[in-house]
Amino acid sequence: MSTGPEIGAITALPRVGRMSSRPEWLVILGRAARSRRGTIGLTIAGFVVLVAIVGPFVAPHSPTAPVTETFATPSGSAPLGGDVLGRDVLSRVLAGGWELLAIAAAATALGVSAGVALGIAAAYYGRFTDALIMRLVDVFLAFPQLVFALLLVSVLGPKIWLIIIAVGISHAPQVARVIRSVALDVCERDFVKAVELMDTPARRVMSGEILPNLMSVVMVEVGLRFTYSILIIAGLSFLGFGIQPPAANWGLMINENRIGLVVNPWAVIAPAGLIAILTIGLNTFTDAIARASLGVDRPAEEVVMATGIILDRSA
Amino acid sequence: MTDVLTPTDHGSHLLLAVDRLKVVMAGSATDVVDDVSFTVEAGEVLGLVGESGSGKTTVALALMGYARRGLNIAGGSVLLTGQEVIGRSAAELRRLRGASVAYVAQDPTSALNPALKVGTQLREIFAAHPGAQNGASVNDRITELLSEVRLDSVSRALESYPHQLSGGQQQRVMLAMAFACRPKLIVLDEPTTGLDVTTQRHVLDSIRGLCRIYRVGAVYVSHDLAVVADIANTIGVMYAGRLVELGPAARVFRAPGHPYTRGLLRAIPSPTRAHVLEGMEGQPPRPGARPGGCCFGTRCEFAVAACETEFPAASDLDGTAHWARCIRAAEVCRLPALGELPLREHLPLVQADRPLLRIDALSAVYGDKPVLYDVSVDVHPQRCLAVVGESGAGKTTLARCIVGLHSSWSGAIEFDGNAVAHDRRRRPRDVIRSLQYVFQNPYTSLNPRKTVGRLVEQPLRELFDLPRAERDRRVVAALEDAALSGEYVNRYPDQLSGGERQRVAIARTLVVEPKLLVCDEVTSALDVSVQAAIVELLHRLKSERGLTLVLITHNLALVRSLADDVVILRDGRVVEQGQAVLDNPQTDYSAQLLADVPSLELASAP
Repeated sequence: MSTGPEIGAITALPRVGRMSSRPEWLVILGRAARSRRGTIGLTIAGFVVLVAIVGPFVAPHSPTAPVTETFATPSGSAPLGGDVLGRDVLSRVLAGGWELLAIAAAATALGVSAGVALGIAAAYYGRFTDALIMRLVDVFLAFPQLVFALLLVSVLGPKIWLIIIAVGISHAPQVARVIRSVALDVCERDFVKAVELMDTPARRVMSGEILPNLMSVVMVEVGLRFTYSILIIAGLSFLGFGIQPPAANWGLMINENRIGLVVNPWAVIAPAGLIAILTIGLNTFTDAIARASLGVDRPAEEVVMATGIILDRSA
Repeated sequence: MTDVLTPTDHGSHLLLAVDRLKVVMAGSATDVVDDVSFTVEAGEVLGLVGESGSGKTTVALALMGYARRGLNIAGGSVLLTGQEVIGRSAAELRRLRGASVAYVAQDPTSALNPALKVGTQLREIFAAHPGAQNGASVNDRITELLSEVRLDSVSRALESYPHQLSGGQQQRVMLAMAFACRPKLIVLDEPTTGLDVTTQRHVLDSIRGLCRIYRVGAVYVSHDLAVVADIANTIGVMYAGRLVELGPAARVFRAPGHPYTRGLLRAIPSPTRAHVLEGMEGQPPRPGARPGGCCFGTRCEFAVAACETEFPAASDLDGTAHWARCIRAAEVCRLPALGELPLREHLPLVQADRPLLRIDALSAVYGDKPVLYDVSVDVHPQRCLAVVGESGAGKTTLARCIVGLHSSWSGAIEFDGNAVAHDRRRRPRDVIRSLQYVFQNPYTSLNPRKTVGRLVEQPLRELFDLPRAERDRRVVAALEDAALSGEYVNRYPDQLSGGERQRVAIARTLVVEPKLLVCDEVTSALDVSVQAAIVELLHRLKSERGLTLVLITHNLALVRSLADDVVILRDGRVVEQGQAVLDNPQTDYSAQLLADVPSLELASAP
């Protein structure tokens, strides 16, 4: 049934015991994946991820060995032609994805974790802590993300761990900002006070009470930041500060091969296209998560009515 | 073009005729409101009562041709002065609204635009409906309107932003707006729910007066039967989207014909008589899950086999305009509605060695703002002390000082003979355990991401060091003490009704075996039938478990049925305290507060 699936799904919740005690964020993730938007996004992104993972094993040639001429046009042995050094573009595209994705994932995990921790702490402690964290965040936000990462990498040299840290740190302030604004509301709820009355340490209040109520926002942030991570890492590579040649890397490939754009455009289009497709797919899925979590966090009016929930009836 | 402003003469004074109104959820055939028919005459006030989810607001909005997002008006007709409202175009409805029918929403703070001055918002009406000026200047009309609703200092109010006015003043502005175009019909959706009793009394007086003077028909939607009894000529009772009883107010309250109405009346605490309250078992069926036959059948103590097969048609009672949709209506209405409910016995104060909780010269501040001045109260063991006052009197602050959520106070709080620290973090564990707090709103006090079992177990994990099996045992025991069962442990709060949630919140405090329970307006977010059950639960905990209660409330009727001792607070000061405050108030303020409480007895007295 395509009409009003969310309303039906929520009002039809069984009264007795949910089937399992799956955490809410998994429920949201599942619901997002099943929605039309989510399926499309996941399929698109999944395709690129598959290419990146399986690619190195199926590449016809070594990604670093010259097998054809500089910027050779597509031929039987090199279906996407040759690159600036006469290496097989197809092989380099297939081999150059996983590293980019792995670094992006690590940077995202780092950045979102740090941002969530900072955001919740700022919202929960308030006052001086809040002011300190948020002003610090403001300073960081004054730098464009790419410039900030460039700054670190150009000073300390291009190392993979440094790229992860640089990109992660450049995400943290933005995540912190978003999380703080949502957490402020959650911190004020009575259930937080109820737990404080149990002499619970602040750390557990933040991780056990506040964080679970932010999971939908966190998931949206993860999706969004992962996309940005890929773009920044590819951008760093393009500018020559990321992963160094001769490694095959999509961002690096665009930089290396742009001089031959008119001779063999595939050497640029293939990596750039994959990055673009992945970005579109991830963004679509992230959007699906955001929509799926709406029904959970803010029940629609119908649901309010059906469940008879009344909020703040008296002053 | 039809002129919606011109009333068509129907011979009688019939103003509004609703016929078989049906509202469904968009995209499905699930009805939210079905088969609702009633009429309103000019000058008549129809009270539409029902618990949350009964569809009363949906009906009220449909009177103006409006359905909330996700709902569609699927059938029936609403004739306003002889003209059909349902199915009109948006432009026609816009002309109709305000001019012929006006609406007053429950919450004035969200209905008024916070960015515009009150005067500006009032002037907007006359810009939209130029005919409403009656030849006078806009300013004269506004002044006239505001004096009609008895808003003081009109010129100051006009220059104020909504947040600078009190809740009562805001609601008066809403009333003035609603009456600005001299509508034929006014629809009021719980307009006094957020207000104090005294303000409520004044707003009700204004509404009553305006309806009488201008012969305006009104539909007054409320969950509070006592308020409706105060203002309505006719009462319609809604249950599960159906109108189950309709009749003159006095008759409905004295001799209800529907078992549901009877149940509601028996659940309401009386401000004058301390009787045992009777909650209703079960909960209303939700849209789409309504049983065949009578929608109340599963909860009805009068149900017979025939109730399962058909939803009875309206049966007239005693030849008046009083009917109920119940096959046993004639029997039900002959039973006394309240008479035989047993009275509650209040124990006289046995002077114990020392009070369990002693509050001595407590003064509290919020920032620079003083909230409590020199409050001294004793709470004796195994008794219930009610702290009563209007909003802003400092009741909640007092409660929060006691449990340690508010720490900016001076004076002394002694528990069991020992002074307690200001800050909850400095309090020893056994004090934290003994002094438990139940929050006002069970919809916000339970973490929606945790199961009932985890929620109730949590204080045990934090405050005790017990093996898992013992924790589980205590959790189930606490749930049973709160009249729930162990089956609830795997459910999430969003799968529970309001009453069940509040029981979970109470179970969570009982699990640590407290001596004193501070209950902050614990029933104010709940329906009356649920409220009755919670009140009975608290009473039982007090008498059987020897729990001492501090009950924070603005509901004096509730105090009557639960409390042994009463403290009346006003603007942070104790006005009066003792056992006999309700029977024999010594101060004008207490007497006034008591007099302002709406009471069913007024309406049902012969």
